[in-house]
Amino acid sequence: MKLSFSQEDENFRAEVACWLTENLVGEFEQLKFRGGPGDEHMFPKERKKWEQKLAQGGWSCVGWPKEHGGRGCSIEQQVIFNEEYARAGAPGHVGHIGEGLAGPTIIAFGNKAQQQKYLPGIAAGTELWCQGYSEPGAGSDLANVRTKAHFDEEKGKWIINGQKVWTSLAHESDFIFVIARTDPKSTAHKGLGFFLMKMDQPGIEVRGIEQLTGTSEFNEVFFDEAECDADDIVGEPGEGWAVAMGLLGFERGVSTLGQQMQFQNELNQIIAIAKENGSNKDPVIRQRIADAHVGLKIMRYNSMRMLSSDGGSNKETLIYKLLWSTWHRDLGELAMDVLGPEAEILMSAPYDLTRLQSMYLFVRSDTIYGGTNEIQRNIIAERGLGMPKEPKISIK
Amino acid sequence: MDFSFTEEQQMIRDTAEAFLTEISSSNAIRNAMATEQGYEDEVWQRICGEMYWQALHIPEEYGGLGLGYVELVVMLEQMGRYLLCSPFFSTVCLGANALIIAGTDEQKQKYLSQICEGSLTATLAYTGNNGQWDASAIQATVASQNNDYVLNGTYLYVPDGHTADLLIVAVRNEGSIGEHGISLFAIPANTPGVKRTWLPTMDQTRKQAEIILDNVTLSEESLMAELGNAWPQLNKVIQLATIATAAEQTGGSQQTLDLTVAYSKERVQFGRPVAGFQAVKHQAADMMLRTEVARSAVYYAACVAEEAINGGPLAGELAEAASVAKSYCSDGYFKNAGDAIQLHGGVGFTWEYDVHLYFKRAKSSELFLGNAAFHREQVAKMLLD
Ligand SMILES: Cc1cc2nc3c(=O)[nH]c(=O)nc-3n(C[C@H](O)[C@H](O)[C@H](O)COP(=O)(O)OP(=O)(O)OC[C@H]3O[C@@H](n4cnc5c(N)ncnc54)[C@H](O)[C@@H]3O)c2cc1C
Repeated sequence: MKLSFSQEDENFRAEVACWLTENLVGEFEQLKFRGGPGDEHMFPKERKKWEQKLAQGGWSCVGWPKEHGGRGCSIEQQVIFNEEYARAGAPGHVGHIGEGLAGPTIIAFGNKAQQQKYLPGIAAGTELWCQGYSEPGAGSDLANVRTKAHFDEEKGKWIINGQKVWTSLAHESDFIFVIARTDPKSTAHKGLGFFLMKMDQPGIEVRGIEQLTGTSEFNEVFFDEAECDADDIVGEPGEGWAVAMGLLGFERGVSTLGQQMQFQNELNQIIAIAKENGSNKDPVIRQRIADAHVGLKIMRYNSMRMLSSDGGSNKETLIYKLLWSTWHRDLGELAMDVLGPEAEILMSAPYDLTRLQSMYLFVRSDTIYGGTNEIQRNIIAERGLGMPKEPKISIK
Repeated sequence: MDFSFTEEQQMIRDTAEAFLTEISSSNAIRNAMATEQGYEDEVWQRICGEMYWQALHIPEEYGGLGLGYVELVVMLEQMGRYLLCSPFFSTVCLGANALIIAGTDEQKQKYLSQICEGSLTATLAYTGNNGQWDASAIQATVASQNNDYVLNGTYLYVPDGHTADLLIVAVRNEGSIGEHGISLFAIPANTPGVKRTWLPTMDQTRKQAEIILDNVTLSEESLMAELGNAWPQLNKVIQLATIATAAEQTGGSQQTLDLTVAYSKERVQFGRPVAGFQAVKHQAADMMLRTEVARSAVYYAACVAEEAINGGPLAGELAEAASVAKSYCSDGYFKNAGDAIQLHGGVGFTWEYDVHLYFKRAKSSELFLGNAAFHREQVAKMLLD
């Protein structure tokens, strides 16, 4: 066990910090601390431009291998990059689904042609992706997707019909990855395919869904004879589930440390308010702020354990989603309680929320997306503790 | 950065686990806890003679193995898991640490080498009767008389205080308050004027005592650290012990989880193992979360403790790391132990099943060295004042 970073890594840290200080200026100044969870609908165009700036500096997709257009950073360097990025207040990645999910999946499971076609646009920050998994009938039970894909021999293309829902940033995206049923007679996780599709086409329609924040970051996506090139299926038809699950594995990992820095920024803001409005003298608030601090510290240590182990099925990794989502949900409540009656007052009508109000409302989704807390507990009990699987009950 | 165990550390853990399953069975625990002494001499002798655990982190120059705090914490986790009844915690995590941090060269030579030989047990006494765990807990006093020191006062809740051979005692100058005027002395328990009484406790696996000092007269050679100025050292010893306690709590959390999962897989109701019911699965999942989070807190704190003793960039984080770990582990262990009783149903409420032993240790260890609220308040002071 060794917790400190090497001198080389510390030099790398200085390099990152220096680049960010020099470049997060001018037109990008307004993006500081923006675009994180709960704020993802803000400044999408400007953030995209910022990501192109990052790419030009060689700071996009830092964890990807060099041959795929990344920087080939070690785990330690990725940790450092994410920490410094958040410390500088650099904005949330509008392209995070491409960089964190689509890209790694294409690198791991895609063929050469797909890699050459899609990775450069992600690495350059010019092409945005969204994730087409959930459907009206397939939420927690993701394997229940109904969206269909059949191969049209005449056109030489895959034709997709169906509907996705809760698709984050679909309205800003250039591409979507979709799981759809290639074998119409199949059920559950058999007979699925994993498709890479262009959003801008007649067969795809995007409709925004208004969230409880009054803003709309996610959407319904309708597929009506939508087309997908023959080469744009990842893996074989029928093997989409394995690809889809492999992808979920990328959702963990080093980005968690950057996320924690954002959490730290939020907690700092709450502490500053408490000192200002005198609630720092309230013994109950003191306990809760301390508890939040304790929780965030340990979250960091837990991530360090995750990164030092071989990941995946380790217990510290299994509990991580449940840990951070619950912590963050509590932080939202703490923010409101520290603010007191002031918590209610909007920035302006009709429904313009302050950053903390927006955070407070948005955290209610942290325990839902990416596997609800209940699903996380099922997974922990079954995979971590070897307890029996949920019984399958079919209702006619 | 590498936050995983070395092979040697894994070996220490595995060896500890294997030995503890042998010597700290349910029967062994129950025999030991029924005695006033609280442990079996033979078990302690085997630990000292065969395993050399008491010498693990003591520097080599005093006859120890010179390993680090991480190795110690790895062992403590297993001891907490198997509820080892022994004077290990008091001797090593209180006594030896106090000697390492605050002892003079002669005291280290003399006492640490005896601890390594297995011929000396020790403990630390600092808490009076006000129920506090910070410097205000110290109520016993010291007065200078000619070239001697005269100590008076009463200590409560001293781990193994009635059996330890060597007592490290904290005293204050008459009229001093808070962190000022504190001194530390190392005194053999048989020094005239020392009166010790066992305090029977709800958690029988760790014994406590009252110690009364009645005009105990000591010479210069008993003085540790600087007269009237020993709080920084004592505080460090307390913080190190706090981390050690959190390590034991983590082991206890793990064991309550393991006992519960094993039982729920065996126990059949409604035609299936109760482990298949989602209400049970979800509670078990939360228990696993608390255990893993506790572990992350404790391993980090162990690295900090190591650097606090032997130097390193993390040394300054000791107070925070100790409070982070102790606040989380205290609540987590207690919650796990309570859930373990619940998920065992009626048998969880019996004396026969071991669950209550953990439930009781969870509470006693939570109270010892400050409960979660106390440690959160320490953190709050750092953040908010
Ligand atoms: C802000 C946000 C962004 C999102 N972005 C995307 C995106 O970009 N792409 C995408 O594909 N999806 C996205 N999602 C969808 C998300 O993954 C789903 O909402 C989630 O998986 C839950 O599915 P559901 O909403 O259908 O809830 P349901 O599955 O219907 O769950 C309803 C309730 O039942 C519980 N439940 C369900 N099954 C079980 C079980 N077996 N045991 C115990 N309890 C159970 C759930 O925990 C929940 O409390 C997003 C969601 C949100 C809120």
